[in-house]
Amino acid sequence: VTAPASKVSLGYDSVLSGVNPDLASERLTASFSVEKLTARLDGGAEHTRMRRAIVEAIESDPAFSRENQYFQSQNERYEAAVRRAVHLQKKMREMGWTENGPEIKYIYRWLSGDIAFLLHRVFMRSISVLGSDKQVAKWIPLATEHQIIGSYAQTELGHGTYLQGLETTAVFDIATQEFLLNTPKISAMKWWPGDMGRSATHTVVFAQLYVHGKCYGVHPFIVQIRSLQDHSPRPGVTVGDIGPKMNFEHTDNGYLMLQNVRVPRENMLSRFCEVQPDGTYVRWGSQKINYFTMTTVRISILSDEVILPLMKACTIAIRYSAVRRQSKLKPGEQEAKILDYQTQQQKLLPQLAAAYAFHFINIYLHELFDRGYQEIQGRNFDSLPELHAFSSGFKAMVTQYCTSGVEICLRACGGHGYSLLSGLPSLYTRVLASCIYEGENTVLFLQTARFLIKCFMAASAGQPIPPSVTYLSSAKPGKCPAKDKLDFLSPDVYLKFFQFSRLLSSSAAKLQHLIQSGAEKHEAWNQCTVQLVKAAQAHCHYITVKIFVETVEKLDNKAGIQKVMKHLCDLFALHGIFSNAGDFLYDGYLSGAQMDLVTASYLDLLAVIRMDAVPLVDAFDFTDKSLNSALGSYDGQVYQRLYEWAQKSPTNQQVSPAYGKYLKPLLQNRLSKL
Amino acid sequence: GRRLGEREALVINDPDFQHEDLNFLSRSQRYEQAIRKSSLMVMKLREHGIADPDEIYWFKSFVHRGRPEPLDLHLGMFLPTLLTQATPEQQDRFFMPAWNLEIIGTYAQTEMGHGTHLRGLETTATYDPATQEFILNSPTVTSIKWWPGGLGKTSNHAIVLAQLYTQGQCKGLHAFIVPIRQLGTHEPLPGITVGDIGPKFGYDEMDNGYLKMDNFRIPRENMLMKYAQVEPDGTYVKPLNDKLTYGTMVFIRSIIVGDSARSLSRACTIAIRYSAVRHQSELKAGEPEPQILDYQTQQYKLFPLLATAYAFHFVGAYIKDTYRRISGDIIEGDLSELPELHALTAGLKAFTSWTANAGIEECRMACGGHGYSRCSGLPDIYVTFTPSCTYEGENTVMMLQTARFLVKSYTQVSSGQRVTGMVSYLNDLSRQRIQPQHVAARPVTVRINDPISLVEAYKARAARLVEAAAKNLQAELNHRKSKEDAWNRTSVDLVRASEAHCHYVIVKLFTAKLSEISNAAVRAVMTELCLLYALYGISKNTGDFLQAGILTDTQVNQVNQHVKELLAIIRPNAVALVDSFDFHDVHLGSVLGRYDGNVYENMFEWAKKSPLNKTEVHESFHKHLKPMQAKL
Repeated sequence: VTAPASKVSLGYDSVLSGVNPDLASERLTASFSVEKLTARLDGGAEHTRMRRAIVEAIESDPAFSRENQYFQSQNERYEAAVRRAVHLQKKMREMGWTENGPEIKYIYRWLSGDIAFLLHRVFMRSISVLGSDKQVAKWIPLATEHQIIGSYAQTELGHGTYLQGLETTAVFDIATQEFLLNTPKISAMKWWPGDMGRSATHTVVFAQLYVHGKCYGVHPFIVQIRSLQDHSPRPGVTVGDIGPKMNFEHTDNGYLMLQNVRVPRENMLSRFCEVQPDGTYVRWGSQKINYFTMTTVRISILSDEVILPLMKACTIAIRYSAVRRQSKLKPGEQEAKILDYQTQQQKLLPQLAAAYAFHFINIYLHELFDRGYQEIQGRNFDSLPELHAFSSGFKAMVTQYCTSGVEICLRACGGHGYSLLSGLPSLYTRVLASCIYEGENTVLFLQTARFLIKCFMAASAGQPIPPSVTYLSSAKPGKCPAKDKLDFLSPDVYLKFFQFSRLLSSSAAKLQHLIQSGAEKHEAWNQCTVQLVKAAQAHCHYITVKIFVETVEKLDNKAGIQKVMKHLCDLFALHGIFSNAGDFLYDGYLSGAQMDLVTASYLDLLAVIRMDAVPLVDAFDFTDKSLNSALGSYDGQVYQRLYEWAQKSPTNQQVSPAYGKYLKPLLQNRLSKL
Repeated sequence: GRRLGEREALVINDPDFQHEDLNFLSRSQRYEQAIRKSSLMVMKLREHGIADPDEIYWFKSFVHRGRPEPLDLHLGMFLPTLLTQATPEQQDRFFMPAWNLEIIGTYAQTEMGHGTHLRGLETTATYDPATQEFILNSPTVTSIKWWPGGLGKTSNHAIVLAQLYTQGQCKGLHAFIVPIRQLGTHEPLPGITVGDIGPKFGYDEMDNGYLKMDNFRIPRENMLMKYAQVEPDGTYVKPLNDKLTYGTMVFIRSIIVGDSARSLSRACTIAIRYSAVRHQSELKAGEPEPQILDYQTQQYKLFPLLATAYAFHFVGAYIKDTYRRISGDIIEGDLSELPELHALTAGLKAFTSWTANAGIEECRMACGGHGYSRCSGLPDIYVTFTPSCTYEGENTVMMLQTARFLVKSYTQVSSGQRVTGMVSYLNDLSRQRIQPQHVAARPVTVRINDPISLVEAYKARAARLVEAAAKNLQAELNHRKSKEDAWNRTSVDLVRASEAHCHYVIVKLFTAKLSEISNAAVRAVMTELCLLYALYGISKNTGDFLQAGILTDTQVNQVNQHVKELLAIIRPNAVALVDSFDFHDVHLGSVLGRYDGNVYENMFEWAKKSPLNKTEVHESFHKHLKPMQAKL
């Protein structure tokens, strides 16, 4: 028996030697090949190789180091992000990486958003999608060369998700062939756009278009906000930073007020509509493809901004739980790893299962959207409502689940989780922003619910419905046939649980009832929203379990991967049943005795997966530098790292003025009075 | 009261206590501001002759606006520990200098490797009879003291908890007064390594510190010896009663329950006021945008939390009163009520802090994007509050402590004894024994409009879950040898049982409070909140109630329906109910939660003061952007 390395004697040499035996031992018992699973997650060993080469190139460049980020002020973080963005341009040229190359996703994944000019990229994308060919030809080269820096100004102080409510105005002036942009009141001020507070020279402003006194709704306009010479605000423009936030200290989220700011007629992005010189408003083409693009943004954030933080948090918390020893499970023995406590397993392992479940659902969604894109290119818009419902519901479910998952990981690390050096607080405060941006989650769930209700009504009337919702029309299940706790490890059994549509059918019934008893439609809808949100969540939950099951079935059964993934899939499903017991007991689909069997089966799985917990997070293959955590490093030298890193804190490096200015007089004043 | 108002005004209008918005300051600046205010506060407390602990508490919370500050541990732990654990001689030597702040102390218990599990602490204090000194050592990295507030930069003394070794034997944890910095220069003493542990999620103004001791010697008289003693020759004298420390723990946990109520109340105040000011989207085509507080989903997020804040307020008051009531008995040596109170407060500390923690986040989310800005005050409330899930006893461990008491009580009942207090519902088990069914299978006729009947439903749920956990534990014991292993394999069930017990206690206390309210209108609105609290809890845990046969499917439907009806009933009183918490704007620290509701203008005013806006053109333009544009 080796001594736990956490108790290394303080010879006070700062060299960290070798892997903590408490972590090394976890890796010896892996039931599967970590390297093979990593390759599977990357989509093939060649992708793993490319990713590692890029990560290596970035990490070996000190300009990208994030070691000091936890010690920096908002001003310092912003400056570092700008410096890094400028350096990245240079690096990309050196390495021969390009914006459209296969490397770009790995680069941004490693940077995990801690860089400036992300909204500049959105600025460019919006021009490419919404601009005419002429506009693309004019602006994209300038932006690519960073001759201008862009932002994307949609959200206002008073309005976010509800776009029709935006209050900024753009009035067409035939005399000068210009649009006159205004912020008519304080709540109309643009608020939140990234890169706008300090960096941007231009921005795409969304405003209500008025021609001849008639309002045509919200349209995008390119507006120059700062001088290209000295970067000072243009006349009529008030622009600045919105102040500190819960995270994103490095981003200059900005405000923007416009007072009679004029832009030429050509600055309205006009792929789909145009105001002609005489003021005629023309609309052409289908905006549906544009609508589709906006929809896909919700899916595109999931991988890097939402699922990745959960994977990192699991890595940190699980490795730390294998190193942290606390209290004794058996008298006389050494203290137990906290990962051996059932309560700790119950906190962490369902999050690990969810991270894998969401990885697979994300792949599925991307395939679905790629197919949808093909269809839409071929002018077939049939799948659009379904895709929209998918993107809203899954954005909401995955962000909500991952946010709570990261917080569970944080709190599972005890006191040390609260240190910024654990990396967990930053992961949490970042991921939770995703519940708000790109559409507030409750609003999104209700959009999915609206789609589901429509499908449900259509199915009841015998009309065809999209494939993802056909289960809504299947017959009501009888009683669950399971008799033994092992029966609940069969996907055929547990998938039936999630297929239930009671929440939806009873919402639909209630809606109809309310309307028939005289309630106005909107009021009836508002009366049912709490339940409709639940119904939309249940639908997304079902699809996630279903896709996890199908993915596991297709996995290669070599190298132990299929088996361990099956365990995780079972855990994800049973955790869902355990946590929503009431939904399944209701109606008597499941008896009380069966629910006890579910619980037993669920708890048994925790002990099984515990054996592979560390290898399962190793397979995510994060480098120590990308985790940037004292608790989660690969070698598990937690305490030594925490101690050494803390000593680098500015509070220990600089002499605090507080002692000389306040403490000393306080102490000595009293001394003299004694 | 009026007196409170005067005190509050005294502090809030005092120019000495003014400073820039803390959100715009760096960590070092925040520490400096806090120290400055604490120093002035101590002077002014003396000037105004304030010495009563409650009054000091209020004064302090006005000065620091409810935020932590570097002298917290000195005032809250160092001085009280001297009072309770020091001998009269030691009090003579240390108390007055500490009272006069010649000595600034902290309380160094937690180590890098151990927190809640105190017996695992590794710091040693070895008695040397030759010199009559204790030699203090931090033998491993994990034994470095880590986290104590005020240790990093402020304190010159610490009460250190260490394993006492004398005459070659370990006598367990004891407390020692250890000087750590030189008086006058404030430099660390030889053999002492001390510093700040670096940035945290919150607590920016607090210098949480580390402390490493290498053969650091202190005189024998520096061990706190009111109870246990080490005589000059090294003979160890055992303390008379070790249950006494329970008293302090009960007291501190009762403070956390109160904190849960206050922090959640603040978050609710901000979110509900803002939801009355924010208009969004349309309920009905063509009509003006409604207040977001009119959306059912928004009410469903916020009103149950409002009810929870009130519930926790009553629970906090109950624990405080109970503690006051029995603390006389404790001094008299009657400790009979302490074990139950200790077990109950452990669970309630966990239950309320978990719920409040999640509730604060829910309030923040309910404020959309603006909740994410620090101007909302919500991120600050969250990061300041969330550590209470961990400190003073990690919550899962606390729940298991309560479970231990519940299982013990269950075992007593099983063996024919009766139990008293909040667990007396377990006595009903003995009557059930003749029947082969679950205890809770006896029909409870639940009337969902009657709080008293709902208390019975919660009681039945707690009874069933305690019984199920105890039986599962017994089954594990029948299969395995080790008690600890069986306990571990049942711990998920045990935590659920504790939660159900705490939930029952809270519903019971809230319900009991209703009859004490004399004003009919207040009683009516409190009854609505109490019903909402109880029914919402059921709707979130329908599985437990259905599985135990306490409620039928139809009743579950009625519960869900009634929750929604209550939302509409409470809606007109929502703002008044948070106004009643009576937080001053300065104390609330939120632009979204302002009493006057002038949110947007003030967000703009606030943002203009942001550090990034100090100059019209940021220096990064000249340093990075311009050169890049020139090069490309």
